[in-house]
Amino acid sequence: MFAEAEADMPLLWVIRDVLGLKGTKYGCGIAQCGACTIHVDGVPVRSCQIPIAELSRKAKITTIEGIGETPLHAIQEAWIEEQVPQCGYCQSGQIMSAVALLKGNPQPTDEEIKSAMNGNLCRCGTYDRIQKGIKNAAMALKAGASPVSNDK
Amino acid sequence: MGLPKLKGAALSSISKNLPPEFINLEINPFIIIRTDGSITLINPRPDMGQGSIQAAPSLLAEELEVSLEKVTIIQSDGQSKYGSQQSGGSSTVRGLWYPLRKAGAAAKEMLIQAAAVKWATTTDNCFAKDARIYLKNTDKSFSYGELAEEAAKLPVPKNPKLKNPAEFTLLGKYNKRLDIPSKVTGKAVFGIDIEVPGMVYACILHSPAIHASILSIDDSKTLMVKGVQKVIRCKRTMPHRQSDAVAVIASNWWAAQKGRSLLTVKWDEGQLPTTQTTDAYFQKAYEAAKKEGVRHEEKGDFLAKFNTASAKLEAVYETPFLAHAPIEPECAVVHYKEDGTAEIWAHVQGPDGGLADAARFLGIDQDKIKFHVPLLGGSFGRKAYHDYLSEACYLAKELKKPVKVLWTREDDITQGPYRPGMLSRVQGMVANGKLTGFHHHAIGESIVGQVFNGLKPDEADPWLSGELSTENNQYQFPVSKVSWTHVKTEIPIVWWRSVYASNFGWGQECFIDELAHLAGKDPLEARLDLLKDERFRKVLETLAEKSNWKEKLPSGKGKGLAIFASFGSISACCITVSKSGKGIIIEKAVSVIDCGHYVNPDNVVAQTQGNIVMGISAAIKDGITFSNGKCDQTNYHEYQILRMNEIPEMEVHIIQSGAEPGGVGEPGLPPVAPALGNAIFAATGQRIRKLPIDITSIS
Repeated sequence: MFAEAEADMPLLWVIRDVLGLKGTKYGCGIAQCGACTIHVDGVPVRSCQIPIAELSRKAKITTIEGIGETPLHAIQEAWIEEQVPQCGYCQSGQIMSAVALLKGNPQPTDEEIKSAMNGNLCRCGTYDRIQKGIKNAAMALKAGASPVSNDK
Repeated sequence: MGLPKLKGAALSSISKNLPPEFINLEINPFIIIRTDGSITLINPRPDMGQGSIQAAPSLLAEELEVSLEKVTIIQSDGQSKYGSQQSGGSSTVRGLWYPLRKAGAAAKEMLIQAAAVKWATTTDNCFAKDARIYLKNTDKSFSYGELAEEAAKLPVPKNPKLKNPAEFTLLGKYNKRLDIPSKVTGKAVFGIDIEVPGMVYACILHSPAIHASILSIDDSKTLMVKGVQKVIRCKRTMPHRQSDAVAVIASNWWAAQKGRSLLTVKWDEGQLPTTQTTDAYFQKAYEAAKKEGVRHEEKGDFLAKFNTASAKLEAVYETPFLAHAPIEPECAVVHYKEDGTAEIWAHVQGPDGGLADAARFLGIDQDKIKFHVPLLGGSFGRKAYHDYLSEACYLAKELKKPVKVLWTREDDITQGPYRPGMLSRVQGMVANGKLTGFHHHAIGESIVGQVFNGLKPDEADPWLSGELSTENNQYQFPVSKVSWTHVKTEIPIVWWRSVYASNFGWGQECFIDELAHLAGKDPLEARLDLLKDERFRKVLETLAEKSNWKEKLPSGKGKGLAIFASFGSISACCITVSKSGKGIIIEKAVSVIDCGHYVNPDNVVAQTQGNIVMGISAAIKDGITFSNGKCDQTNYHEYQILRMNEIPEMEVHIIQSGAEPGGVGEPGLPPVAPALGNAIFAATGQRIRKLPIDITSIS
């Protein structure tokens, strides 16, 4: 995708308001809530903190829209199975963090899950189900039940 | 389903794109059947996460005999034909349990009647199943679409026969929420996601002291920002007053926000730096706690018994101001057109209230406004306060083009409205191992008073009845009293998840614990002694069993419990804590709720889990404070909410009482903080009476 934006515009606003991809959310603007989490070259980052000019020309950006279109990613399947979302607003960011976690660490421990997910706030309080969802997705991926359809 | 489709648009576009022989028939306001057989149900209660998008249509679908997977669900648009549309007061299921089931049953009877006429038979020879009417003992059937035209002409039955709960196939059963797939793919449309052609963006500079007035504006640097189009003085309308603000209008929101940061505005703060502080407010409240308040209700002569009692206690409990802090900040899109009509997209909790307020803000009739309600990215009471909508209306009228007002997180945290900080002055007595008297003196700002300007000087806040009355808590004290002192503040306040129950549950349930210890009674037994109501007893007995209340704990561990009824449901919580080198660890929370009939047990569990998390946040994280007239917290780093590594192990149990439906979204919250306070006492012997609790400093 191509877009023109002011050099200091954070990636979040380029994604949302210039490219029109609304799945990535604004929550705080200071990297405290994780609602704007996306992947840059597979690494989860807070898109509200990255001025577009600081991005390498070759950087590969993945947003929630690029995760598991068909079929859904194991994390998304697990989110549905565990009925994780309530309002759902923070969940794009939660899912981006969780997908990145499993990619780098397919069988995370409880402590590793907490450490990877602690930057993502959920005011509805769905944390318990998020933890279960990640564990279930990890098991499903180990069993080969659901392909990883990452980085489209 | 998934996305709440926009009603007017959805219906007209369907009409345009399909062959003219198919038409939509409104059997009643909540049920539209198209002659091709497709069915649309209207959800009258906006979804902010609490699950109304499933719950309300389920009430219709159960009686109409249709499957939710096969219907389209759209959000009501505020028109009066849908009745009250406010998601609030945990009222969706308990308020709509009969009205929506009747609407579904009435439509079904009309479809059966239409089929009976076609078959020249009586209605008792026909039955409804999976969106078809069947003729008994034959293979004949009609789809609802084939019957819709005839059915729509029939009179609406006044008292349709409702199903017996034993016949329910949907209500009370586990069903996945159909909005969830769209929430895991980023496709769900929230208020912040609305885009309208030709739209401009506004970022608004609010007064740091909330009510200060503007002395001067220097916007020279702002106007140099690429994309910034205009700077407009505007107004933020709150229920109790209107404040000055400055809007930066730009071609994108980032430019508007950047432009705002470059404004230089001089404010006249008047006396606000001294009067508008939480210290000043609580000082007045603690003064009030030394005196008697306005009596709200009394059983026996409390004071006479208290004065002569030999074993008695008195204490003051404090709860802070809190922000709702939904992760999606306040936002509204308003298009005021040259012809004096308007179209609005706003994530309000009540489309009817939003429409009425928008009409007032724009100075036009409601029928000139098309109102759309997208999903709410959390709310907890906040988005029912329409100050953000007032700003968008104000700017739309100035600009005559679509404008999106989006608040920053800093606006959300620093501007309010907030849950009011309150005091509970409590007094009680014990005798012979029993709790014999209880007085709860509620002190603080009144939501009825500030938001509705509806409280007389010597009147107790009428909302106390719903929270503290003996009818609500069911404690059968020989003497008891509820009283009230109004302490005013200009800090904007409003309802916050579970309203005053979130404040007063703390004082009530910790003090019952104190009295139980004074009486030498186990806190569970002390409560059971006071409770005759079978549902309350069952909740507590179930909690005791599920939390293993009677187990002996090692030194340094403790359990605390609390029970509180609110919004028609009874909820209790038991928390287990342990001492560690780094303070108190909250190990486990077990909650029990009796909410009578419910729609989806998994959603009851989800809401109650959410209430445990939000209740612990409210108990251990810093509240909102005002110094020098301004809010001291600005964003999530200063106004913290619980993170994943801070949640305890959780269990939720639902009592199958079969009683009339109660609320689900809020009742799980009030017992959480007192259960924690009581657990800390059990583990450490320290009685904490002021929230928030710094659990890291307790050893």
